[in-house]
Amino acid sequence: MNLTLKVWRQKNANSKGELKTYHVKDISPDMSFLEMFDVLNEELLLKGEDPIAFDHDCREGICGMCSMYINGHPHGPEQTTTCQLHMRSFKDGDTIVVEPWRAKAFPVVKDLVVDRSAFDRIIQAGGYISVNTGNAPDANEIPISKEVADAAFNAATCIGCGACVAACKNASAMLFVSAKVAQLSMLPQGQIERKRRVEQMVAKMDEEGFGACTNTGACAAECPKEISLANIAILNREYLIAKATSEYV
Amino acid sequence: MNWFTKTFTSTIGRKVIVALTGLFLCLFLVVHLLGNLQLLANDGGKSFNTYAKFMAESPLIRVVSIGNFAFILLHIIQSVILTMQNRQARPVQYAIVASNASWASRNMGFLGSFILLFIVGHLSQFWWQAKFGAMPTIAIDGVQMKDLYLVVHKAFQNPFIVVFYVLAMGFIGFHLSHGFQSAFQTLGLNHVKYTPLIQKLGLAFCILIPLGYAVIPVMMYLRSM
Ligand code: HEM
Ligand code: SF4
Ligand code: FES
Repeated sequence: MNLTLKVWRQKNANSKGELKTYHVKDISPDMSFLEMFDVLNEELLLKGEDPIAFDHDCREGICGMCSMYINGHPHGPEQTTTCQLHMRSFKDGDTIVVEPWRAKAFPVVKDLVVDRSAFDRIIQAGGYISVNTGNAPDANEIPISKEVADAAFNAATCIGCGACVAACKNASAMLFVSAKVAQLSMLPQGQIERKRRVEQMVAKMDEEGFGACTNTGACAAECPKEISLANIAILNREYLIAKATSEYV
Repeated sequence: MNWFTKTFTSTIGRKVIVALTGLFLCLFLVVHLLGNLQLLANDGGKSFNTYAKFMAESPLIRVVSIGNFAFILLHIIQSVILTMQNRQARPVQYAIVASNASWASRNMGFLGSFILLFIVGHLSQFWWQAKFGAMPTIAIDGVQMKDLYLVVHKAFQNPFIVVFYVLAMGFIGFHLSHGFQSAFQTLGLNHVKYTPLIQKLGLAFCILIPLGYAVIPVMMYLRSM
């Protein structure tokens, strides 16, 4: 496959970036999108040019690092991560536009790399449970029904990739925050900090400059882990109940 | 800030205000439509004028109408603040956007702004006129009352006004095609048993209610031809 790429190049957080055009030749349809970028970067290195900076780690769809906004979709045309996207999803001769996640809360570090530590700070604000350390507790010591375990597990599959923020016209982080809040609020282990958690995570989310949810559903349609919009309703509910009944004034 | 102001200045809190006021306005739309359909009664305005007189004189309706104005204002203020915050959350735009969200859900601010334009036009034409303008009067069953029917009847002889009304109802329909079901999600109601019902109800609501309103100017225009 021969392709034309238009890739966002930006030296650092303060410089102005632009889309630059590259041509790649003889790309195998079985390559992943990141492998195609590896090929391009090797060519750039051989020519003595600065390779394109992009985030990646596991390359097996579980770490959430590989943020690329491809032809108007986070992670490209398939509902998966960029590392699991294959070149067979494109046609020979295609022009592919690759941009970084765009959000005030996710500033560009370089080229396609953005700083997603705002997510970490939201987790630090309340996305945890307090347990005594020591021996690992027995499995199945706390009975949890199959339905609750499944729902909590589905929410827990969120890998913090930020595609929801990238897809949302408001750069809202509600799907991410809702996945974390829903997961912990359903489980017995999450009850102790239940109200405090949702109040603090939402406050942090707002403080970091993410937008508000307008229920367009663009996030869930792009989420590689198929986190459901129902979690956002759970988040809204948890937040309102916590605000009305918690001891924190 | 205390907990109360913190709650209602958070993104979720503001959204809840938009949702609650929006649902109240939906209720208003139903009641207002039921009253206005009397314009089509073909009785020279007898039932409509009697109804309008009752509405203008009832203290209960007065309270509800003040609440209604306040809610519209609140709905607008909060949605404008949210829309501005949402714009700021993405200072640099994408070169290409291929959204898979519905058109209405992405353009609520634009749809709402047109509805606001309509509300202002509609109020100055009928409400302001009925309250403060020089009104023709009519005697119905020996009682002298304002002839609001005649004012409406005259207005809808103008095809431009009729088109403006029909168009505005289309905008309300689109606004509600997203807004109705969105409001329940905002209030935290998303459930396998109820959400499909809410979505069907929302679809019926956003088609039938604006259609019911649009029929009034169109019928009155056709009858006066
Ligand atoms: C007939 C009058 C109106 C009705 C019945 C109505 C109804 C609604 C409803 C039910 C919602 C959904 C709330 C939610 O998503 O939680 C909504 C949202 C909204 N409305 Fe209205 N509205 C009306 C007029 C207006 C006006 C005049 C404006 C603006 C000038 C406006 C702007 C908005 C905006 C920006 C949203 C937020 C969209 C979103 O969150 O997705 N609306 N409206
Ligand atoms: S909710 Fe989905 S899109 Fe958002 S961070 Fe989690 S896995 Fe990524
Ligand atoms: S590189 Fe880990 S999910 Fe793509």
